[in-house]
Amino acid sequence: MATQAPSKRAYLKPPVTEVGVIGWLRSNLFNTWYNSLLTILVIALLAWLLPPLIRWGFIDSLWNSSAEACRETDGACWSVIPNNIRFIIFGFFPSGQEWRPTLAMVLLLGMVIYSRDRSRWKRSLLLLWGINLVVMGVLMHGGIFGMPSVDTAQWSGLPLTLMLSFFGMVAAYPFGVLLALGRRSDLPAIKTLCVIYIEMIRGVPLISLLFMSSVMFPLFLPEGVTIDKVLRAQIAIILFTAAYIAEVVRGGLQAIPKGQYEAADSLGLNYRQSMRLIILPQALKIVIPPTVGILLSAFKDTSLVVIIALYDVLKTTKVALSNPLWTGYSTEAYIFLALLYFAFCYAMSSYSRKLEKELHTEH
Amino acid sequence: MKKKLTAEQSGNGKVAFWRDPDKRALFFQFMALLIVGGVSYYLFANTQANLARQSIATGFGFLEKEASFEIAESIIPYSAADTYARALLVGALNTIKVAFVGIVLTTILGTIIGIARLSTNWLISKLAAGFIEVMQNIPVLLQLFFWYALFYEAFPSPRQALHPFAGLFICNRGLIFAIPQAHAAYPAMGVALLAVVIGGWFLNKWSHKRLDRTGEMFPAFRVTLAAVILLPLLVWLAFGAPTAMDMPQLRGFNFTGGLTVSPEFTALLMGLVLYTSAFVAEIVRAGIQSIGRGQIEAAMAIGLRPGRVLQLVVLPQALRVIVPPLTSQMLNLTKNSTLAVAIGYADFVAVTNTTINQTGQAIEGVALIMVVYLFFSLSTSLFMNWYNKRTALVER
Repeated sequence: MATQAPSKRAYLKPPVTEVGVIGWLRSNLFNTWYNSLLTILVIALLAWLLPPLIRWGFIDSLWNSSAEACRETDGACWSVIPNNIRFIIFGFFPSGQEWRPTLAMVLLLGMVIYSRDRSRWKRSLLLLWGINLVVMGVLMHGGIFGMPSVDTAQWSGLPLTLMLSFFGMVAAYPFGVLLALGRRSDLPAIKTLCVIYIEMIRGVPLISLLFMSSVMFPLFLPEGVTIDKVLRAQIAIILFTAAYIAEVVRGGLQAIPKGQYEAADSLGLNYRQSMRLIILPQALKIVIPPTVGILLSAFKDTSLVVIIALYDVLKTTKVALSNPLWTGYSTEAYIFLALLYFAFCYAMSSYSRKLEKELHTEH
Repeated sequence: MKKKLTAEQSGNGKVAFWRDPDKRALFFQFMALLIVGGVSYYLFANTQANLARQSIATGFGFLEKEASFEIAESIIPYSAADTYARALLVGALNTIKVAFVGIVLTTILGTIIGIARLSTNWLISKLAAGFIEVMQNIPVLLQLFFWYALFYEAFPSPRQALHPFAGLFICNRGLIFAIPQAHAAYPAMGVALLAVVIGGWFLNKWSHKRLDRTGEMFPAFRVTLAAVILLPLLVWLAFGAPTAMDMPQLRGFNFTGGLTVSPEFTALLMGLVLYTSAFVAEIVRAGIQSIGRGQIEAAMAIGLRPGRVLQLVVLPQALRVIVPPLTSQMLNLTKNSTLAVAIGYADFVAVTNTTINQTGQAIEGVALIMVVYLFFSLSTSLFMNWYNKRTALVER
């Protein structure tokens, strides 16, 4: 048999229209008459749209010029970004001190990347995080080691965006889990409180909570006591995100078969043990995808602090664009910001897919 | 889960009261209520003191006062001399306007993109996937700013307005297009349309009943579709087929006549629709994919044609998966419409915000916002729970 094979191979070759480029085209683009029609329409549309866009974005564009030079061209003025990048990224952080927020951001992102690997999830990692957060706080606030003190009002731009969203997620997650457990609790008073909280928060727009933090919260405090504006916004974000996390986790808790609860009971585990060892690990695992969805929207929603006049990266970009020299190039600046946000969100969602695959233990 | 061991069950005649689950539960709940009550009282007392000190009036008396600010667009007549209550009503109607149009457009666009994502055509599927990725991963506020800036920077002034075809002008004042001149025929057509939709609903019910009883199909959907198109057309003809159009015309520096859609409204609508439709597309795709392959094969095996498979087997099951998350996306759209405040569209929150700034009555203002949106959300979630109960699969 084996000796005959080579001579027969030419004979048995599939028709040229079924393999290779032609085969792929046939089965993926022209498999039915309406698909062929759609393909042709889409290609025509792209041919009409793309060349002018590419021309605008890449060929006629200026990448590092002055604002005057930009007035001369028809293409994109990407120069708006390098010329304003310091302000877009660092906002009102004192100039000459930019290395501090940069280092803080590098530490934060570095820690996040370092913690990606599940084999590193140990107690020592928590300690490392604690040390890092202290170092970051010192870097941002200064006031010791010869670093001039920087008021939180001057924390702005990308560091503010990253911090608001990072601490929003980290603090909201355990709080949300507690709320979910409370909602599933047998204790009527606790259950009612949790239900009221979750439904109230989920029912209102984030903006109203941010308004509350900016205009109403100061009224709640005794005379003379003030809480920092950034911190107030951070609290609003945490309270908001936690309610959404709670609902997702509740879904996970409901999906755990009753047998698991009964098994935990029959082992004689108490409530805390059975939750910590049996129920929560499974529940939290199955809700990874929706949780990441919530965290992603928390990250994106951080941009809403623009509305209560905090200078996150979106606001600093707007301020840069309000300079008469650079007005009119919002499109370019916003595309840059969109890419920035996209990169962060995409990294988060692809990591969640990886995690989901790693933790998938069923068949 | 329930661990209510009584003293007897635990085999011990007496338990210390802190080990008795019942008493412990009572204690925990009492403590929780005490803490919540105490904190509330503390905040309330502080607020009272602060309000008294800053001599801010409380209560909703301000609603009767003159608002004395203009609102750029309103559905009902409004002037600065009207009361705050009327200003808030204008804002609420503007919110309903953008939410309604947004929800309709989002459902249509999201469904199309969701189906396109599943297309066997590689190009179309990849384009849909790209659209979904991009739109989902960019904050909606940034998208609003983008469209709003595009309007003011890319479009010319009214004098050089783009004029792609007769009756439509695009400039930095918004989209201005011709609308049919007011005529008694149009309200009548509206009534006819409403009647057809209601009639179609009953027809659909009847045809389902008949199908259950006799096994015969009645093409209710096609009949309704035909009636939706034909009946208003007949009404229009019966009124003598009016065709007069209200054409926009450039007068001085602005347009008169026609219908102007403001840049604020357009930017808000585009941002919300594009952002939300990406999420809707994913929901639609997941819904369709949730139907087991075997279901479709079984339906085809008993000789149903593809259209019938979709109508009788796929859609009823897919909708069960699609509708709940779809509703929450619609709610999200409504809640996100509050971002209007950032680009100057006068929605409910924007008007309330102006009111807060003028009267200083932050508590009443924020409370109004919360109550209005809570009403939307809770009524939707009540409806959804009812729908869920009605359609959920009953297993075992």
